Amino acid sequence: MYNKVTDADIAALKAILGNKNVLVGDEISPDYSHDELSGVEKMPETVVKVSSTEEISAVMKLAYSRSIPVTVRGSGTGLVGAAVPVMGGILMETLKMNKILSLDSDNLTVTVQPGVLLMELAEFAEQHDFLYPPDPGEKSATVGGNISTNAGGMRAVKYGVTRDYVRSLTVVMPNGEVITLGGKVAKNSSGYSLKDLVIGSEGTLCIISEAVLKLVPLPKHSISLLVPFCNMKSAIEAVPKIICSKVIPTAIEYMSRDTILFSEDYLGKKFPDTKSDAYILLTFDGSTKEQVDKDMEIVADLCLEIGATDVYIVDTDERKKAVWSARGAFLEAIKASTTEMDECDVVVPVNKIDEFIKYTHELAEIHNVRIPSFGHAGDGNLHVYICRDKLSKTKWERTLSLCFDSMYKKARELGGLVSGEHGIGYVKKSYLKYQYGDVHVAIMEGIKKVFDEKNILNPGKIY
Amino acid sequence: MKILVCVKQVPGSSNVEVDPVTGVLKRNGVLSKINPYDLYAIETALFISEKFGAEVESITMGPPQAKDVILETVCMGASRGTVLSDRRFAGADVLSTAHTLSHGIKISGKYDIIICGKQTTDGDTAQVGAELAEYLGIPNVSNVISVNDIRENKLYLTAGLDDKTVSLSITMPCLISVEGDINTPRLPSYKIKRSLNDDVVRFLSLDDFNDKNAERFGLNGSATQVERIFPPEKNDTKITFDGDYKNQASNLYSLLVSKKMLEVEK
Repeated sequence: MYNKVTDADIAALKAILGNKNVLVGDEISPDYSHDELSGVEKMPETVVKVSSTEEISAVMKLAYSRSIPVTVRGSGTGLVGAAVPVMGGILMETLKMNKILSLDSDNLTVTVQPGVLLMELAEFAEQHDFLYPPDPGEKSATVGGNISTNAGGMRAVKYGVTRDYVRSLTVVMPNGEVITLGGKVAKNSSGYSLKDLVIGSEGTLCIISEAVLKLVPLPKHSISLLVPFCNMKSAIEAVPKIICSKVIPTAIEYMSRDTILFSEDYLGKKFPDTKSDAYILLTFDGSTKEQVDKDMEIVADLCLEIGATDVYIVDTDERKKAVWSARGAFLEAIKASTTEMDECDVVVPVNKIDEFIKYTHELAEIHNVRIPSFGHAGDGNLHVYICRDKLSKTKWERTLSLCFDSMYKKARELGGLVSGEHGIGYVKKSYLKYQYGDVHVAIMEGIKKVFDEKNILNPGKIY
Repeated sequence: MKILVCVKQVPGSSNVEVDPVTGVLKRNGVLSKINPYDLYAIETALFISEKFGAEVESITMGPPQAKDVILETVCMGASRGTVLSDRRFAGADVLSTAHTLSHGIKISGKYDIIICGKQTTDGDTAQVGAELAEYLGIPNVSNVISVNDIRENKLYLTAGLDDKTVSLSITMPCLISVEGDINTPRLPSYKIKRSLNDDVVRFLSLDDFNDKNAERFGLNGSATQVERIFPPEKNDTKITFDGDYKNQASNLYSLLVSKKMLEVEK
């Protein structure tokens, strides 16, 4: 159904992109065969490094006419195999498209190329007294990747997710045609929102070559609270009560003592407090110190009323660094604590988090496996890790499959969804089908067909 | 055993601008915080208190609002603290600050160990600790990286000496200045903060001191005078090398050699 990349194709690609931007054979690093998920690997036939919308368009015209599959890749920091070229073909890397094109202070927007890294965008916005609120843990991910997975992050409780900050997208269709979706407008009721279809479509519908993103004024003050609880149950049960207090924290994260200790080992740096079994980490931000302090005090008092053993104030840059750098290292720390792991990033209604976490503890006991977790308690998005440790390969694969089946089933029972922010990619497809059922998947297939009737863009993903 | 920790209120951000004309720090709108280096001193004191048993107090010199940093030490676990506040203390240099602190400490009580942070983030002199010990006539050790034991009225320490460490003991009462980043300071407790009352902070002025001669304090008592403060020159020059990577590497190499950042073997 697909054609292999031929020498003539390589010559044509080199004519479009220049020799050094087309890699073949040994020039292709094995890194291009996978993302950060272990276990799903496939080498592309060629890697092309694009620098402009025009180049993407020219490559797509060739791929379309020759029926060659194309998988787009940013930094390769995905966790579900979405950027793995499972059908071979062309792997299109966007890292050279890393320019912040313009800042529009009148409309509070910034226009960027897809290869701009999240940390570069965050720094640029801050330098100009703005905030780009989406804040996923992986700061070296590209903006294009963030849009393609509708990345969330810790500030979602107050600010929402990537989707809420995409005003407009310039995209290249599979046949090379270039169109712009949305615009620098705050409202839009002009037909189907194709822009929103593209967001979270994991590179299966079209290729994002430029994005106009919304910014907000930079909050001048922020403060965090580290709230210890004697066990995870009381910590998690506090979250819906905090949300009911009508004060909206920027972030509400939960973490267990075990995870903090992994992080201490990984970073070689002590966390400010490890006396309690479970913690909630909250942040508040705003334009004045008075307002931020008032919000903080309402929630701090509430936490003490509902069983927190204390409330620690994280108010200076040094203290924020000590606490948040540990939080930022959790994923890598858990990874370093085991031989292999896989992750489930389900999202459940906020008032069901406790039930879900309790269930993962039961599963850990039943299957005699370690299942640490942490996550965004404020928006119900959990990061649950099943660790292989000393299990044999066969036992590990069986245990992993049993645990995943049980967890996704439980999430569905609780009204949750398969992925909060990582996407479906290659490895979570069966769970999405199970979750959505035939009608839902058929609609998605239909949409894919309208965008990409030859199915050359990132085939084999999502459903 | 009683431990006293010296703390200072400093600007809350390290990005405080200096007025290029007057040389004055633009403090307007800049919030203040406890000197970050002092947090390691407080944590060291609280560690000693938990391990060997001791009462921890704090002391600062500054305007009335410096009370906030004393309250913060209490929220971290100190039992009380003192603010030395008097207009006549203003403008003090390192020597005058150490002198004022020594008088405040003499009338505050008897302490077995006085702990200072390495330096402040606004003055950066790292001298107040040693000078304070001289005024108090007690031994002192700087660059302390760990407190290992306390026995027979002696403190057993490890201190850093550039490329090596030294283990030593010092007879109490004594003063130690601790290095930065030697521990993870605990966080202030909101639970303590909301139950605080004013009697944990005591204010002392020159009128409370044994030596009431204003000529020996503040700007008048300072051995140095600041002539001018100016922001350091900014160097925003960027050099970009184009061309293929071999040329880029070769150009970068030549630049580093010309700047004497690389030695060329002959």
